[in-house]
Amino acid sequence: MTNHWVDIKNADLVLIMGGNAAEAHICGFKWVQEAKEGRKARLVVVDPRFTRSAAVSDYYAPIRAGSDIAFLSGLIHYLLEHDKIQHEYVKAHTNAPFLIDPAFGFENGLFTGYNAEKRNYDKASWRYQMGEDGFARVDPTLQDPNCVFQLMKKHFSRYNADVVSSITGTPKDAFLKVCEMVAECSASDRTMTILYALGWTQHSVGSQNIRTMAMIQLLLGNMGMAGGGINALRGHANVQGITDMCLFGDSLPGYMHSPTEDEATLDAFLTKRTPRMLRPGQMNYWSNYSKFFVSLMKAFYGPNATADNNFGYDWLPKMDGAYDVLALFERMHQGRMNGFVCQGFNPLASVSNKAKVSSALSKLKYLVVMDPLATDTSEFWKDYGELNKVDPTQIQTEVFRLPAALFAEHEGSFTNSGRVIQWHWKAADGPGETREDTAIMGELFTRLRTLYATEGGANPEPILKLHWPYRIPSHPSSQELAREISGYAISDLADASGTVTVKAGEQVAGFGVLRNDGSTACGNWLYSGMWSQAGNLTARRDNSDPSGLGQTLNWGYAWPANRRILYNRASCDASGKPWDPARTVIKWNGKAWGGNDVPDMRPNAAPEEGVGAFIMTGEGVARLFAPGMVEGPFPEHYEPFETPLGKNPMHPEQPAVTSNPAARVYKGDMEVFGKADEFPYVATTYRLAEHFHFWTKTSKINAILQPEHFIEISEELAGEKGIRKGDVVKVTSNRGYIKAVAVVTKRIPVLTVDGRKLHTVGIPIHFGFKGETKPGYITNTLTPVVGDANCQTPEYKAFLVNIEKA
Amino acid sequence: MNISRRGFFKVCAAGMTGSSLATMGFAPSAALAEVRQYKLTHATETRSICPYCSVSCGTLVYSLGDTSKNAKARIFHIEGDPDNPVNRGSLCPKGAGLLDMVQSPLRLTHPEVREPGSNEWKRISWDDALERIARHMKADRDANFVDTNAAGLTVNRWNTFGFLASSAASNEPGYLTHKVLRGLGAVAFDTQARI
Repeated sequence: MTNHWVDIKNADLVLIMGGNAAEAHICGFKWVQEAKEGRKARLVVVDPRFTRSAAVSDYYAPIRAGSDIAFLSGLIHYLLEHDKIQHEYVKAHTNAPFLIDPAFGFENGLFTGYNAEKRNYDKASWRYQMGEDGFARVDPTLQDPNCVFQLMKKHFSRYNADVVSSITGTPKDAFLKVCEMVAECSASDRTMTILYALGWTQHSVGSQNIRTMAMIQLLLGNMGMAGGGINALRGHANVQGITDMCLFGDSLPGYMHSPTEDEATLDAFLTKRTPRMLRPGQMNYWSNYSKFFVSLMKAFYGPNATADNNFGYDWLPKMDGAYDVLALFERMHQGRMNGFVCQGFNPLASVSNKAKVSSALSKLKYLVVMDPLATDTSEFWKDYGELNKVDPTQIQTEVFRLPAALFAEHEGSFTNSGRVIQWHWKAADGPGETREDTAIMGELFTRLRTLYATEGGANPEPILKLHWPYRIPSHPSSQELAREISGYAISDLADASGTVTVKAGEQVAGFGVLRNDGSTACGNWLYSGMWSQAGNLTARRDNSDPSGLGQTLNWGYAWPANRRILYNRASCDASGKPWDPARTVIKWNGKAWGGNDVPDMRPNAAPEEGVGAFIMTGEGVARLFAPGMVEGPFPEHYEPFETPLGKNPMHPEQPAVTSNPAARVYKGDMEVFGKADEFPYVATTYRLAEHFHFWTKTSKINAILQPEHFIEISEELAGEKGIRKGDVVKVTSNRGYIKAVAVVTKRIPVLTVDGRKLHTVGIPIHFGFKGETKPGYITNTLTPVVGDANCQTPEYKAFLVNIEKA
Repeated sequence: MNISRRGFFKVCAAGMTGSSLATMGFAPSAALAEVRQYKLTHATETRSICPYCSVSCGTLVYSLGDTSKNAKARIFHIEGDPDNPVNRGSLCPKGAGLLDMVQSPLRLTHPEVREPGSNEWKRISWDDALERIARHMKADRDANFVDTNAAGLTVNRWNTFGFLASSAASNEPGYLTHKVLRGLGAVAFDTQARI
């Protein structure tokens, strides 16, 4: 979330699309109710199902799963056509005035530079025109035909209300009604918040779904405002924190890149990763990349990282390709992996195409499951009849299962969806021989280190040089680790005048003091300051809220720098006055920025200096034209890989652009995509209020509340298929089948798409063969293996099935 | 005949035969005029966070046992933390059932191994489990570690070993996991945030 949970109460319009907060984020949803009561805010829900969020909304519009970009592009077209944008904001805070290379274009569903064989783009023309001064050229009048604003107008002009309605199945009047309500928020004193979740991410166009909405929020002037922003309602209690720690092969903590084979030296790496300034006088905060990176190397390798050895750069593994979860299972499936660890992760249930996952796990030499609970994955080798039909004697994988502690059985910090880091304390030991994750990882590492120290082996150096200063080496404490993550001075730090401001050994106050000369160590620059000389700030429990906006600046610690609303400089006009004084986040007081949040701006940057609000970009403004995206700098509607239409209605004559032309699909996975003639219904997976993923099926009370796997279909489809409420039905995709109880409901709208009637099948995910719930099939038996082109989140939300009475 | 107050009413409810017992002098023993004790009176209150969704609601975890040595604490009640500015004491149907996860019969309590081709779990000690896992990892790493690529560049990569990291873990074990994995040269790792 760019904003935070309590801030939702400051909105005038709440749009829930690609999520279902009333069921999946229940205690956060109360702030929607608060906005409705306190500000007379309206709630609009757009969803393929009439969800519980929809049930309490002021307006509900149905939509076909997998057609969100068409809907949102139509919304952009409406805003531009009706001149419902916040002009001053767009000029001051976005790249609308920037001029683009005239070679850039868009034709037949493809942007310039497409390589059909490699399924990717050469982005050479996706760039700004550069002036002789070395900066990007702009046209503040927004009239130049090559300026972003004009290119946008042209690009989205194709998405009129009739086209949108035909693609999405949203009735035209409902679409226009949503447009009208959203357009009202272009007024400078009205804000819309958007709450989305996996309903937007789990598509082959997931990143572009979110980006299209980000463009809308920029056009309306809602980024940085109280009650505005782009708000991802994330999954687990610490999924945000683990994302920030970047447990991804291709990233290092704090969203730094893992070095690749192309970056042979530290200099080459830093040169490539440190962005250039694209407009004069901008902060371009990533220009501090080297400080964050060297401080991380000092946290990883301690005194062994020196200027002479490039701070241990050579020890870091260099990436040679993709290692996201779909790529991992593809490698495993090809027999190219020997060992695998699942730490609190149940991939047999949670990754697409269970048959492929099961076959991949069967090819491993060893599998280690660290978990508090008995997961389906840990027993993938066991015959559970139709629910998990395998022959254990044929599976040679050696499987270890290690009992781990639960949340209340260790201390540490969780980061909520609103980026607030909060400490939790330990209440009791876990049952039996349970161990904390830190003890399991600590002991595993120290054992391996001992083996390499005594026996040698393949390059022991990176292991032996890893900095391990923990009091009990086999069990580093969360407090020690939190201090390392936050950062400390290794030698005295002096300011420009030579005065020592931070003494050696002291915790640093924030990332602003990190250095690239090896004098500071910091495990994650974004979290710097969470444990300062003042102590553990994540444990703060002062919930006072003097502004009334719900900022509670002394509760926990928010990253970055305890800032609660990101881009808050954009809540003010060019002169530093808040767009809406009644909801002042920050303002310029003549000498400094201040107010009800930590300014997202250099505190003494006078408005006249023209420092842009989006300090992480080289431009200083937000990007309506975003060349970083792999499938295009503007969004375009592409069908899900399993499309009920068999074509892209925007480009019916171009089969190459039916689905995302830049998405990665592996051989073998492409072949098992289903076609609409055999699998005519659109399936979408979802979550229930009473269950959390695959954990709560192990809890008795949740098993009582929702005991059994079911699927949801409309009365009309049930009638066509002769299915009655309570019948057991078989749902089949081209990858397998599940059986579950049919719930026949009015909650699934029947849509008219491209002139035809279209049915949707809703499938909750929470069931499996291990649990207190009635043993059931794993929903991901059905789902296809294809990910979002930018970040490889699998397409769980839109695929094709058939359904029949079992 | 010794009969409790509750039992007496049960018997009476059974019919006339029962109620006539009273007339024959079988009266129930005197009831204690005392309200049930507040169940959290002797509990230790610990501030925690619900591990389910990303609202990350504040919770109060109540345990018995004063946490001194040899007095093993046992969690017996969990409720919302009224001080938390986001959930203000409330919990949802998921969070309200947290105790049943803590006490789930499916909690793992000791290390186990399933040998290749076997149809059952076998209990082993932590020492055996970690020794065997470390041996597997070392043999795998030693056989498949890539020091340099074809161009002679040092790449220090081990990609025959993969790791899926938990988004239910706290930041500190998350960071430690990252540090250990990089230290080993692992590149094939990912987390729930992806999916």
